Amino acid sequence: MNTVENFEIYAPKLIEKREFFSPGHRACQGCGEVLALRLLLKALGEDTVVSNATGCMEIISSAYPHTAWNLPYIHVAFENAAAVASGVEAGLKALRRKGKIADRYVKSVAIAGDGGTVDIGLQALSGAMERGHDMIFFCLDNEAYMNTGIQRSSATPFMAATTTSPAGKAIKGQRTGKKNVPEIMVAHNIPYVATACPSYPLDLMNKVEKARKTIGPSYIHIFSVCPTGWRAASNETVKLGRMAVETGFFPLYEVENGKYRLTIDYPEKRRPMADYLRLQGRFRHLDPADIAKVQELVDKEFRKLMHKVKTSVPWS
Amino acid sequence: MGKIVGMEVGIAAAEAVGLCNIDVAAVYPITPQSHIAEHLSDIVHDGRIDAEFITVESEHSSISACAGASATGARAYTATSSQGLMLMHEILPIVSAMRLPVVMGNANRAISGPLNIWNDHTDIMPQRDNGWIVMHAENGQEVIDMTIQSFKIAEHPDIMLPTVLNMDGFQLTHMIEPLEFPLQEEVNAFLPDRVPFATLHPDNPLSMGCFNMPDIFMETMKAKDVALLNSKKTIVKIWNEWGKMFGRYYKPVETYKNKGAETLILTMGSMGETASVAVDELRKAGQSVGLVKIRLWRPFPLEELRAAIKGCKTLVVMDRAVSFGGAGGPVGTEIKSLMFHDQDRPRIVDFIMGLGGRDVKVEDFIAMVERAAKKKDETYEYYGVRE
Repeated sequence: MNTVENFEIYAPKLIEKREFFSPGHRACQGCGEVLALRLLLKALGEDTVVSNATGCMEIISSAYPHTAWNLPYIHVAFENAAAVASGVEAGLKALRRKGKIADRYVKSVAIAGDGGTVDIGLQALSGAMERGHDMIFFCLDNEAYMNTGIQRSSATPFMAATTTSPAGKAIKGQRTGKKNVPEIMVAHNIPYVATACPSYPLDLMNKVEKARKTIGPSYIHIFSVCPTGWRAASNETVKLGRMAVETGFFPLYEVENGKYRLTIDYPEKRRPMADYLRLQGRFRHLDPADIAKVQELVDKEFRKLMHKVKTSVPWS
Repeated sequence: MGKIVGMEVGIAAAEAVGLCNIDVAAVYPITPQSHIAEHLSDIVHDGRIDAEFITVESEHSSISACAGASATGARAYTATSSQGLMLMHEILPIVSAMRLPVVMGNANRAISGPLNIWNDHTDIMPQRDNGWIVMHAENGQEVIDMTIQSFKIAEHPDIMLPTVLNMDGFQLTHMIEPLEFPLQEEVNAFLPDRVPFATLHPDNPLSMGCFNMPDIFMETMKAKDVALLNSKKTIVKIWNEWGKMFGRYYKPVETYKNKGAETLILTMGSMGETASVAVDELRKAGQSVGLVKIRLWRPFPLEELRAAIKGCKTLVVMDRAVSFGGAGGPVGTEIKSLMFHDQDRPRIVDFIMGLGGRDVKVEDFIAMVERAAKKKDETYEYYGVRE
């Protein structure tokens, strides 16, 4: 477990006090994305330019003439956050090199939801990562198109009910498993890939700091609980995030130059998926046999990850 | 001015961009724009200019990267054609709404369905309503001059709008022409560094691209329309400044032997040169025919067009695009609509011709003028289609 002794004493000293994402935004109660955003921006610090995809974080933060952002922020469209961020990076680099702006290192970051990352934004993301821009791409994954009313994405988990993968009589929710985008990012040979969850704030911030120091492209996939879309209690966001990690459904790991490493210790027997599923209305239709199927899938994915953790070697 | 060189126009377009001290270029290759993309990457890779060349994975990303770069205060350029411009379509009105002075070159090519790589104006016409300044060049020299002018126009504090310079694919981009390049110091004098109105930088954190609720959206739309309409006088001023420096004057509507002509041909782009030869032939045959050419398509130069066609009886509009199921070609339809209330307006005959690289020769212009003279009404028709 990535814990610090006497954490509550040290935490206020370790964590940036300034808020780069202000209160007063319009997010739902218990929004896991906002929690993730607040923490990751603290870890990034002020020398940052944010390119945001259309989605929850954009609409809750930037209704003209208001803004929740205390950092330079740009929103252009849904699928192009990575492309915009690559333009920001190139622009700042050229202007700095040519002496047209101050000689100051500013990190370009893109922030998108799961739809803006794993579905409609995947092409722009792949292009930006492949080109090697010095930028970080954050996926705030709440496992469906929440902004448009909880439609399924390719990040929606197996059997989850959404408004376009409903729990019907013939088909019981989402028919496919979660697309493994961190793995796709590793395949781009980028120097740093990580998963994170705001239920583990220090782990999340450490990873963001690491990505910030990495020269070149980094990708951080952040599991962001959505009580509204998951039909869960809004006071259980942090708990649900912890359970997703503890069950091994969303393991916390990082991949540095191809080398996989878990950033959390798992006991021999992980928490069963049933504990996690029963707290969410989107899984209410699952019978014991379905839960067993979900468990089997999670176990398989976890085994695959453990194999990579054991066998991968850094390429530099 | 430098000496006159023989050069392919697409390559000359890239050379002209190279004179403009750009900071970022984001270009995705597409025929017939590809020589611009290739030559611009040559210029950057040879270290002739200090710029970032982003080899994007699509045109959607090229315009998006240009938006991001432009928002940092960088001078950004992209070029495309046809399907590429169609793929950019979603982002184009966002760039203009954000008042980002991105400069684009567009090698006009037919849009697909069926696939066709040759020239017409069907790619730029669906982009009419996006709030960009849209210009058409007629020959290689104009491509060079107007590319350089584009940056000054786009970035001018009274304008701050993106520009697209149209150059006909193949029929212009792939021609080798005698061309005169201005010297670097002349371009520097004409086009100083961009002074951005607002930039993305931690020194002054700003939010760009905030969404609009219904209570403010219409005001934003009107502001963009007003900005685009108002840009014309500054564009004219910049063209006059260019004329004084380089001796080549540019006007929103160009004319050739239009004074007192009973019939006027109206063209956009490279067709103008062929049409002018047709005008000479018709004049030789004793006919009262002249030519008007629209250089500035957005904002539409209505006053200039009115002045250019004053007194003519028949206006023969050459449309290289179709508004399917509509009232004719886009140019003809717009001119008819804009002149609806003009008491002494000419009869406007609209021909759809030259689509997908179909050649339009001198004799074709003559045939269309003859056909227009016989035609009783103002309905549009296709010219040169095998039935």
